[in-house]
Amino acid sequence: MESKGDLRAPVSQTPLIVEKPKDTSAIGGMVSIEINEKKVAVPLGTTILEACKMNGISIPTLCHHDDLCVAGVCRICVVEVEGMRTLQASCAYPITNPMKIKTSSPMVRRARRHIIDLLLSEHYGECYSCFRNGKCELQNLAKEYGVDSYTFGHVEKPKYEVDKSSYSVVRDMSKCVLCKRCVRTCIDLQEVGVLEAVDRGDNTHIGTFLEKPLADVICINCGQCINRCPTAALRANDPSDEIWAAIDDPTKHVIIQTAPSPRAAIGEEFGLGAGHSMTRELNTALKRIGFDKVFDTNFTADLTIIEEGTELILRLYKALVKKESVALPQFTSCSPGWVKFLEHYYPEYIDNLSSAKSPQQMFGALIKTFYAQRAGIDPANIVSVALMPCSAKKFECNRPEMHDSGYKDVDYGLTTREMARMIKEAGINLPEMPKSNFDNPFGEASGAGLIFGATGGVMEAAIRSVVEFVLGKKTEDIFEKANIIPLRGFEGIKYMEIPIGDKVGPVPELLKHLVPNWDWLKGAVLKIAVAHGTANAKKIMDDIKAGGKFSECHFIEFMACPGGCLGGGGQPIPTTPEIRKKRAEAIYAEDESLELRKSHDNPHVVQIYQEFLTEGPCGHLSHELLHTHYLKRGRYIA
Amino acid sequence: MEKTKRKGAVIFSKYSRGEGIKRLLSISREEVLFELRDSKLKGRGGAGFPTATKWNIVAAAISSQKYIICNADEGEPGTFKDRVLLLEYPELVFDGMVIAGYTIGAKHGIVYLRGEYEYILQSLEDYLAKMRNDNLLGKNILGKEGFDFDISIRLGSGAYVCGEETALIESLEGNRGEARNRPPYPVNTGYMGKPTVVNNVETLASVPHIIVKGGEWFKKYGTDRSTGSKLFSVSGDCGRPGVYELPWGTKISELLDLVGARNTKAVQVGGASGTCIPKSQFDRTLAYEDAATGGSIMIFNESRNMLHVLKNFMEFFVEESCGQCTPCRIGNTKLLEGVEMIEKGEFTFNYINQLKELGRTMQVASKCGLGQSSPNSFISILENFKEEIFNGNGGAHGK
Repeated sequence: MESKGDLRAPVSQTPLIVEKPKDTSAIGGMVSIEINEKKVAVPLGTTILEACKMNGISIPTLCHHDDLCVAGVCRICVVEVEGMRTLQASCAYPITNPMKIKTSSPMVRRARRHIIDLLLSEHYGECYSCFRNGKCELQNLAKEYGVDSYTFGHVEKPKYEVDKSSYSVVRDMSKCVLCKRCVRTCIDLQEVGVLEAVDRGDNTHIGTFLEKPLADVICINCGQCINRCPTAALRANDPSDEIWAAIDDPTKHVIIQTAPSPRAAIGEEFGLGAGHSMTRELNTALKRIGFDKVFDTNFTADLTIIEEGTELILRLYKALVKKESVALPQFTSCSPGWVKFLEHYYPEYIDNLSSAKSPQQMFGALIKTFYAQRAGIDPANIVSVALMPCSAKKFECNRPEMHDSGYKDVDYGLTTREMARMIKEAGINLPEMPKSNFDNPFGEASGAGLIFGATGGVMEAAIRSVVEFVLGKKTEDIFEKANIIPLRGFEGIKYMEIPIGDKVGPVPELLKHLVPNWDWLKGAVLKIAVAHGTANAKKIMDDIKAGGKFSECHFIEFMACPGGCLGGGGQPIPTTPEIRKKRAEAIYAEDESLELRKSHDNPHVVQIYQEFLTEGPCGHLSHELLHTHYLKRGRYIA
Repeated sequence: MEKTKRKGAVIFSKYSRGEGIKRLLSISREEVLFELRDSKLKGRGGAGFPTATKWNIVAAAISSQKYIICNADEGEPGTFKDRVLLLEYPELVFDGMVIAGYTIGAKHGIVYLRGEYEYILQSLEDYLAKMRNDNLLGKNILGKEGFDFDISIRLGSGAYVCGEETALIESLEGNRGEARNRPPYPVNTGYMGKPTVVNNVETLASVPHIIVKGGEWFKKYGTDRSTGSKLFSVSGDCGRPGVYELPWGTKISELLDLVGARNTKAVQVGGASGTCIPKSQFDRTLAYEDAATGGSIMIFNESRNMLHVLKNFMEFFVEESCGQCTPCRIGNTKLLEGVEMIEKGEFTFNYINQLKELGRTMQVASKCGLGQSSPNSFISILENFKEEIFNGNGGAHGK
């Protein structure tokens, strides 16, 4: 049997892919069509939906999503094409010959209204008791089409039990409209393939393998399905009630750490356009809500760079000098979705994962040890919350091995969306908040930690430090303004080589006990790669398995989510390539505005190695608190 | 009916095994296409797409692989003529596939056999083995250099929607049986993304006759727009149910006489997805241009309750919708609920009319033929039998 090549999603969910002509001025490059009696020309292969958009005609959509392949299943976008007996789904119809299109004929309007009425008839629940109230695409359609009653009735009882088994993702299939965006996200965008339509006819629903609860299947918790669900059928497992209770409990010392990506996106929840960083406004808001301390996750991002960078140097040293067998390339481990993906799909490679914990978990372990000691607080009374762009972080903080402080290192992972709701609930309008700084003893962190939020950011941060460690030169002398442009942008896989050359610098104080000098790196070429979205990660992993170019890399950054953390499963909805681009711009702009832009220059990092982790990076205490191990899950252990 | 008793001018006319394939030794692909076009043969599955056009597109396509698929997923309620063809006339079907393979340039043919027909699988495999043995299949067929073709049989798993050609292809590829977006059509992007002809069993069985006897001969039967003859699967209230070959253009009343039907109230033409024709219209003809059908003829006499008939059809569609698109998945459920409301007498005429409107939306907005045709019986039965249903014993009075 022939293979279908790269095609992952079922063909039933992909349209004819007509390659658009490079030169639209060539003969046949443009097709003349009529939309609502207006004559226009569009490039060959444009879908009717795109053609209408280009010409300012709006067409309602539901199953369509900019990130996903086409399904053509909801039928809300149907239009009339002259000469055709049936209506055509505009999202799935490529224009290859002249046609006359009507987007608002009586037949079209009747069909759209019917489709909305039908969807509402099976959609359980009322808008005012729904967390997507005001942000629901079905609700918007109902509003747009003036639905004022349930023409075909309305379900009174939920058809399915809500699946709350997962730490990360809650599924309420009674609210599902079967647009299959989650299926396409899981199968096609992320190549995980946990969700698929099950059964048929009236019983069709989105199910998991053998209808098992989500916690028992090989879901990686990336939450990309949540970001693309038009209704409230998918949501993150929300701990805000527990957090409120902790805040209201005077015996509890409630701490929150905030990651860079939520700060770059939370403004969207308050009506700002994408790309407004709210870092310092958020600090004030969080204090007003009642958090006792607000810390910057970037501090432990900086620490991650030191620990993970040191680990890389040690691996290379063992491989090149001591000729020991070590697992290379080293993989980053900051993204818990990626970690679980690897544990399931490539368990034989878990030794390649950096043993360094993610910044969230490093911070968790430090707060209940270092900070508790300094502040003189019983760690049992500390409630540690992490504001993350991520749904998988909820799972990560619940991993049983994450108890190195003697307590649950991080108590709750909170998404950007949930945080925004807590802020609103407290009656605070975030953009109006005055600015304030992070709390000590961790204070302000570097721009290197900040750019962890974008794909390529961890690698860029690492390179900024490694270059200075090894070459003894300023990063700015090699990369203009210390911006490592080849590692930026949304290309699925990025690859870069950095020649070390013949001149190396002295070994910095921090690492002196680990390596005597850098001579063994002379003439070497550091090979690094970056992938975001597990579909791209899979490509690299398969290449490594086959012994291809990436197997020769030394260090590879993997992020489970498209765009990196800024496109995480806990970020504001909607998500589009355009929105993610703006969030990235906000993050890089903030980085460039900072004085401190390299992890090893962070004075608090230097201090913690002097005062607490006195054996230095990858030392004994470091290993105890800041490093972890992984599980060979395979395809069967959830 | 016994095979020996079966009479018919076209499909059941005399044909000896391999005759059509032998003919290929002396004629070109273009000549096959010419005869086919001349015959005006249209698809027998129900949609009536000109077969020559379909073949021509695939024949003209440039591709390393092409396929001919025989749609033997005979799932329309009330049809059983394909089963008869496969059981008793496999030479027609398989010779038709070889001719198709030769014409379009496919080396591989696949029979997608209805899951419930598993019991005839062995006899078909045996027949294919015999063909291979006689070099009617395999490499250099009948000694003709480069004329390679073979057939494999794959079983469906019982989904009605897989009779829809793109859902059938999805199923063949190992995916969930769901219709694809069109365009692209299978003739461009079919099985494994390659140009593919999907033909009904009966369409393929007509082809060897046309190749041997000529398009001109074929056209002598039937009407101008519906040439040749048609196999009808006749069931229901009649004395002699079975498979009948009749020329297109036969009047419904003629058919009823032939099969010994008495006191007939209604004839469902085209199965559950077809239309219900009342007594007053029995002078209509069975033809693409009038009462079109893939072959299913169900006869209901005066004793039948048409609302029950309709309920049965709607239950079928609720279960058999693939559940992919909104109008079909939920629409059929709503139509069935409507029938149940009428049954209980708990309905308003306003709502029933709204449901009819919904049916019209389903006809144009559903993704595939299933949803597009499922409201047909709802609309036609409520329209044609409103006296009985709303005032008679079929349901209590509406409010």
